[in-house]
Amino acid sequence: MSLLTRARDLPGAAEPGRSATRTPRMRPWTPYAFLAPYLTLFAVFMLLPIAFGGWTSLHEWDINLPAKPFVGLQNYADLFDPASVDGARFWTAMRATGIFTVASVPLLIVLPLLVALLMNGRFRGRNLYRAVYFAPYVLGVAVVGLVWRFLLDGNIGLVNHYLGLDVQWTTDVPAAWVALVGVTVWWTLGLNSVIFLAGLQDIPRELHEAAMVDGASAWHRFRAVTLPGLRPVTVFVVNATILASANMFGQSYLITGGAPADQTKTAIYLIAETGLRQFDMGTASAMSFVLAGCLMVVSALVFGAFRERSKP
Amino acid sequence: MTRDARGLRRALLHLVLVVLAALYLSPLVYMVSTSFKTRESAGSTEPAWIPDPVTTGAYRDILGSADSPVITWFANSLVAATGHAALVLVTAAPAAYALARLRFRGRGVIFTAIVATLFVPPVVLLIPNFLIVNELSWVDSLPAVIVPAAAGAFGVFFLRQFFLTLPAELEEAAELDGCDRWRIFVAIALPLARPALVTLFLLSFLTNWNDFLWPLYVLLSPESLTLPAGLGNFQSANSIRYDLLMAGAVIASLPVIALYLIAQRWVIEGISRSGLKG
Repeated sequence: MSLLTRARDLPGAAEPGRSATRTPRMRPWTPYAFLAPYLTLFAVFMLLPIAFGGWTSLHEWDINLPAKPFVGLQNYADLFDPASVDGARFWTAMRATGIFTVASVPLLIVLPLLVALLMNGRFRGRNLYRAVYFAPYVLGVAVVGLVWRFLLDGNIGLVNHYLGLDVQWTTDVPAAWVALVGVTVWWTLGLNSVIFLAGLQDIPRELHEAAMVDGASAWHRFRAVTLPGLRPVTVFVVNATILASANMFGQSYLITGGAPADQTKTAIYLIAETGLRQFDMGTASAMSFVLAGCLMVVSALVFGAFRERSKP
Repeated sequence: MTRDARGLRRALLHLVLVVLAALYLSPLVYMVSTSFKTRESAGSTEPAWIPDPVTTGAYRDILGSADSPVITWFANSLVAATGHAALVLVTAAPAAYALARLRFRGRGVIFTAIVATLFVPPVVLLIPNFLIVNELSWVDSLPAVIVPAAAGAFGVFFLRQFFLTLPAELEEAAELDGCDRWRIFVAIALPLARPALVTLFLLSFLTNWNDFLWPLYVLLSPESLTLPAGLGNFQSANSIRYDLLMAGAVIASLPVIALYLIAQRWVIEGISRSGLKG
């Protein structure tokens, strides 16, 4: 009998409730060798930048200048000073991000849920329709932006032609907001739909059947069975949609170019321009930490809101 | 309800669905249609769904244009997306296996650190990663769009979930046959994980192919751009040549539409189950 099998027979050799096997043959460094390639990437491009970004935000940092003087919290103070140029620009961009998020998120929850409910029925060609609604999402924002820049063209665009309007969708507000939100809904509706659909299919059929036996109407069953069953999926979708909307960049860059007068220039657009075009990286880093802080607060509020409601 | 009434309702439902689906895809149909138009008819105020005359002039123009090397952009995108997806698999698979199947000191800490970064808004990485890439002299070259994004926690998280479900008996049997851990990983775990690996490859490829912001700022010279970044610059320079822009959009869509048609189930289910968000 080998040492190996005897070790396995010893009491307490197998940890209860663990699927990982006993690993007597493993050299002590083996797991770290498995992890090394990924952890190298993780350290250099994830952990290091998080710390490095914080460090940069405390300096007046221009990639082209040799001196990068420490300025403490000055970059942050400037952002919160509405009289400063950076502060004014930043809050205009934060406002744009806020407007877009508040306008797009409800639509990107309700419409995909309706589509998912429709697709959850049993009918022929269901998978085909699902594929149709998901198709725009596999195209990148570059393609989506180019196509809609064309369709929304004030002079020759299809949108004005078929609606019989004369609206400058790419250069006027609030029309530009309608355009940016509409394009984003068209582009990403399918993604949230398939996530909701997966959630719907995880709700046990028996729950619906039991409710039906009790004589519950379709609306009642939706309120009492479907919505509670979807809660975990909904928390995820709401959060992910808020984060994605708050990171909106390509639509604004390609369709409106931030027009009119930077009113549709989102925070991430401003951060990229400030840091990567004007190379004012200290200010841009401070901006990204303020934006990230706001996003984390919003995420926490979303989780909190859904937990509150789950209590009877 | 009588059978006729039910049949009628069903037919009506399908009619509504077909109309909605056609409406939903019409922007893409018009994109393809415009790409086969002449410059004049693409700029006409009377929309034509079928180009008259049909011409491949826009494709020839954009592919032959000196200041917009679309073929180079296409090749760059292909190399970047393939390289990125391969790098994700090569680094994430062994890491995920170790975290799922091996017991060692620090496993909990490492896994917690990796998962915690899922909650870090990616915007905080933008500026510092540019500075790091700059230090590595990768600005304006493909490693900049291949490597940094592979540090994301998603691949490890996704594959770990899969490796956790493998039955322990297979590994035990292999161990009795004298296999070491590396061999068990390569000969048993990886082949069983093939569906998860393919899904992760497809998702990584799609994400990288479509990425816009990072390549737009980290790639600078015309010959090093990826296709989306190139088209972004191209639009600002040619804002009225919609025939050219739509031809470019079609070229950028072809690989992902092809992938989507071939692997539609895997793409949709992979994304919906993992909740990947662009």
